Amino acid sequence: MLDYTMVIVLIGASLLGILSGVIGVFILLRGQSLLGDAVAHAALPGIVLAFLVTESKNILVLLSGGAVSGAAGMLLMTLVTTHTRLKKDAAQGMVLSIFFGLGLILLTVVQKRPITHQSMLNKFLFGNISTILYQDLVCIGVITSIVLLFIIIFWKELVASVFDASYMQSVGFRQQSVSFLISILILITILIGLQAVGVILMSTLLIAPAVAARQWCDSMRSVVIVSGFFGALSSIMGVLLSNCMVGIPTGPMIVVVASGLVFFSIMTASFIAKRIKNFSVPPYTGVTQTNTHTQKNTHTQVRTQAYAQSRICFCYMSKKYIKQKDRA
Amino acid sequence: MNSKKQIASSLALSVKKLTVAYHDTPVLWSIDVDVPAGSLLAIIGPNGAGKTTFMKSILGLLPTLAGSVSFLGLSAAHAAKSGAIAYVPQRMSVDWDFPISVEEVVMMGRYGSLGWFARPKQHDKEIVIDALRQVNLEALAQKPIGSLSGGQQQRVFFARALAQQAEVYLLDEPFANIDAATEQILVYILQQLAASGKTVLVVHHDLHTVRTYFKTALLLKNRKIAYGPVEQVVTSVYLDQAYGNRYYYTPPAISHSGGDPDYISPAGKVSSWGEL
Repeated sequence: MLDYTMVIVLIGASLLGILSGVIGVFILLRGQSLLGDAVAHAALPGIVLAFLVTESKNILVLLSGGAVSGAAGMLLMTLVTTHTRLKKDAAQGMVLSIFFGLGLILLTVVQKRPITHQSMLNKFLFGNISTILYQDLVCIGVITSIVLLFIIIFWKELVASVFDASYMQSVGFRQQSVSFLISILILITILIGLQAVGVILMSTLLIAPAVAARQWCDSMRSVVIVSGFFGALSSIMGVLLSNCMVGIPTGPMIVVVASGLVFFSIMTASFIAKRIKNFSVPPYTGVTQTNTHTQKNTHTQVRTQAYAQSRICFCYMSKKYIKQKDRA
Repeated sequence: MNSKKQIASSLALSVKKLTVAYHDTPVLWSIDVDVPAGSLLAIIGPNGAGKTTFMKSILGLLPTLAGSVSFLGLSAAHAAKSGAIAYVPQRMSVDWDFPISVEEVVMMGRYGSLGWFARPKQHDKEIVIDALRQVNLEALAQKPIGSLSGGQQQRVFFARALAQQAEVYLLDEPFANIDAATEQILVYILQQLAASGKTVLVVHHDLHTVRTYFKTALLLKNRKIAYGPVEQVVTSVYLDQAYGNRYYYTPPAISHSGGDPDYISPAGKVSSWGEL
């Protein structure tokens, strides 16, 4: 079972899982869970356009196209929020649907043209990590190390700016620089993560490991490490499970595993917290424990999104299954 | 000539013709304020008067339409870089569910002087512990901030500002939703800072306590209504201008003996606040 291709796929999947898990914590804590979704969808028209123009199947060429339109989407969101009275979520929803619609139109144009390899574009919709080659793995490895290195170097500035941006500005750290850095790291992560789960499910791979990790840890360092681990775990499990079951695509499987991890973490962590409360009354230390309620509220939105994502997955998987049955 | 120069250098904050607008609504019109070092200044005014906007725009957090701001004779950006300004934002402006410990938040007070890349050293850790001791929170240093009460959260923010060892302290509504005991501790800290020659500016909303807590006051209502010693600013004439006759206020008669032109006899008016 563990042949050469499988090892490459597993290493590639776990690297992507680690990277999106780590960056996901910053997205989650910035309160921009929808941002990842919007940027991933915004990358689609760029990828398809790059394919139309160059007709190349080189992953770097396609992803550079995606980077341009993803960055354009990000810029549009910033412009909308700074120059109109629209809120962040409205801007994100708008960019998401406009760019994704554009991408789908372009995809139809491609399918009507007599170009070879056009079926490979489908992998950007739902992802297909099982087709990656050794060259892709090297590329993923280099980019992952660079992004992680940046996070380690700018750790202090990144964490403090996500926590309290206006304070950091008041002590002389230019917030435009920090936001720019975070945006670039998010964009890169999303682009290379597209190979694993595709534009539609990308936001789950970013948010789910971070939400699950937040249930268990109370310090930034441990949340980031555990989130990276959860990301890798769900990617590896997803690949192995889809490998065992014939005809089940890897991308949606990874997302289902990640969502399961979120569900398990939220249930277990709150269950353990309840048991501790019931069985031992903590001695009074001057600390009031009133945060459980607010914590639940902040996660509700993310949880709803995770449910929606897993529903998309299930629909897609059952469709594939029915198709195969029909063929048989 | 020499004395004039000395006055200029002992100014902690100098604001000239500051004008700020949100979209197309003007919020602050041509504000001129000179705050000498060692002041303990309350910025007061009704809701929407531009108190928070004033604080944010002198810090350079909001774009200004016109005017200039200088701290200790330096430009605002330069003073911020040198770590001379400690800003305490409104408590609810951050996510208190953030996975970070009390000590780590207070350590952010050292980041300004550390600059980019540099990691905190032993010296910085000692300053942080000392700041936590001043607000009586050493015991909670390793606790996640999510487990703190409102008063403790505000004390964490104070400790962060103290750890900066700044010259000018700008606090935005530090006593909002804080119990009376914590308020007394925090006011004492601010008075100690002012007594040691630091400059403290506080956006304050409670007109009952302004006279007891602060020495000087700046009354805003989009424009500067009054600025000076607190007992000359918090008077019926000026408050009517700012609050538009919505409140009757009678200052205590014993507060000062000098002939204050703004002072109005309390005859016929209720002796405390009452809404019309």
